[in-house]
Amino acid sequence: MSASEPVTANVASDAPGRPGRFREFWRYFRENRGAVAGLVVFALFIVVAILADVIAPHSPTQQFRSALLQPPFWQEGGTTDFLLGTDPLGRDMLSRLIHGTRYSFFIGVIVVFIAATSGILLGLIAGFARGWVDTLIMRLMDILLAFPSLLLALVMVAILGPSLTNAMIAIAIVLQPHYVRLTRAAVLGERAKDYVTSARVVGASRLRLMFVTVLPNCLAPLIVQAALSFSTAILDAAALGFLGLGAQPPTPEWGTMLADSREFVLRAWWVVTLPGIAILVNVLAINLMGDGLRDALDPKLKRS
Amino acid sequence: MGGFLLRRLITFVPTFIGVSIVSFFFIRLLPGDPIILMAGERGMSDERYAQLAAQFGYDQPLVMQYWDYVTGILHGDLGTSFRTKRPVWDEFFALFPATVELSLCAMVFAVLIGLPAGIVAAVHRGKWPDQALMSSALVGYSMPIFWWALLLIILFSGILGWTPVSGRISLLYYFPDATGFMLIDSLRSGQSGAFASAVQHLILPTIVLGTIPLAVIARQTRSAMLEVLGEDYVRTARAKGLSPARVNGLHALRNAMIPVVTVIGLSVGTLLAGAILTETIFSWPGIGKWMVESINGRDYTSVQGGLLMIALIVMLVNLAVDVTYGLINPKVRKG
Repeated sequence: MSASEPVTANVASDAPGRPGRFREFWRYFRENRGAVAGLVVFALFIVVAILADVIAPHSPTQQFRSALLQPPFWQEGGTTDFLLGTDPLGRDMLSRLIHGTRYSFFIGVIVVFIAATSGILLGLIAGFARGWVDTLIMRLMDILLAFPSLLLALVMVAILGPSLTNAMIAIAIVLQPHYVRLTRAAVLGERAKDYVTSARVVGASRLRLMFVTVLPNCLAPLIVQAALSFSTAILDAAALGFLGLGAQPPTPEWGTMLADSREFVLRAWWVVTLPGIAILVNVLAINLMGDGLRDALDPKLKRS
Repeated sequence: MGGFLLRRLITFVPTFIGVSIVSFFFIRLLPGDPIILMAGERGMSDERYAQLAAQFGYDQPLVMQYWDYVTGILHGDLGTSFRTKRPVWDEFFALFPATVELSLCAMVFAVLIGLPAGIVAAVHRGKWPDQALMSSALVGYSMPIFWWALLLIILFSGILGWTPVSGRISLLYYFPDATGFMLIDSLRSGQSGAFASAVQHLILPTIVLGTIPLAVIARQTRSAMLEVLGEDYVRTARAKGLSPARVNGLHALRNAMIPVVTVIGLSVGTLLAGAILTETIFSWPGIGKWMVESINGRDYTSVQGGLLMIALIVMLVNLAVDVTYGLINPKVRKG
């Protein structure tokens, strides 16, 4: 911390209302170069996902029978028709990768949405109800957490049948206990504070207390968790796809693409390397952002 | 201390019951008739169906079925595998040592590299070693390990030809299974080259499985060290003129180790989940590969048994970690 900083901090906290809070958050976030880089890459991914139909040179499922396993253009035998080469069925790698961004983004959004809404709701109920409701909810979460996440997702997919939708449901269920625990812990911390008591004394209903008074003050750790589970969702969905239990071929989902090309691992490096790089870069960008969010939102962790 | 132990054990029991209920209902939630699923026979007669229902205990009320299931578990009976017709319990424990061996090696690898990396990063906070190490740790943490495995295979098996692609030991060697741990068995066999072959087969799976725990340990060690390095007693030690190595190593590290040890203990779940992918890719004959094969082969008694046993192992290890933590750190006991 430099000596000039307290002055700017005072200015920020003097600004009235929420814009000041956001500006303070942004000031912390901006300092973290990795987090900003992550944000930029993630934004790029979103743009690519939205414009996939326009950017992709070919259809992701069209098979070019005359160009099976063609290497990328800079290697011998490659052409600029297929910049990143083709897969064993003659489909354009670049187009498949571009369309894959849609799936991974879609998976992340849906999984986090389901896991976070249900988890936060249960956590609020547990934190406010206390007593046997609390015990019941928390014991159920303990049971879910006793199973390694990927294993539980695997088994759920075995019950529901292998598909991308079922894989997303399974991953959402597996990630949800973390939200319950975080929300409950935050609620227990806030409940005893004066502002909650005064709201109660003024006659705020229980629902109002839960959603309007307390929840906004519990959001910081939950936002960080959302970023982290976004990347976990993408990784786990890719892992399930890789094991043949997630998205099914010919879906251009990155994990499924890797599974399809496994046998060519020693013959055609590009079919194996490229989808993996896409997953890694995407997940890394989100994790960088998540770290930045944590540092900016959670003052207790700012030191580390 | 007794009270702490008791409290912790009391929370163990309902979780165990819950886990057993989950695995009990697993077979009953599957689409289709569980008896037809389990028998794996087509077009069976009504008598045969009734006979099988009686054999599996499905003619009993649900509560009785569950009771039989739980007493079975306590007697080491997890049912019979559809595929191999052998007891699931035996199958599980025949393959379990392979997974334990791989997981232990991965953990040793992760600790041996992750711990020093975290310490170095903390001591050089904000300078280039810190940035380089923590960037690598974040990459490791974000790694899709099934892809990482394929990359390592391309490099070390394909291009360099240093390591084998699958299995636990070369087919050239054969010796009876004494402990189930290939490293020990191959040494005991006395065959020249057997141990080296076992080690070669272990290297890539160890790196793959150890990557994420390594990244987690490095990050955790760094933040635990930073926390401790800011404490008064560390400053006092420095002020007394102790050498940096002594301050960092003796005063800081010892206290920073408490959260780190916990993280190591709690990585068991991560390891077992990672083992599913790692073992599948390297054809490592452990329980992770067995679970995937059981799911793909619709061998649902095996999936059910494996699910229960793995959860039980994770719970037992977590219990052990908690108890140890309570022993080291008196603050926790009050809870």
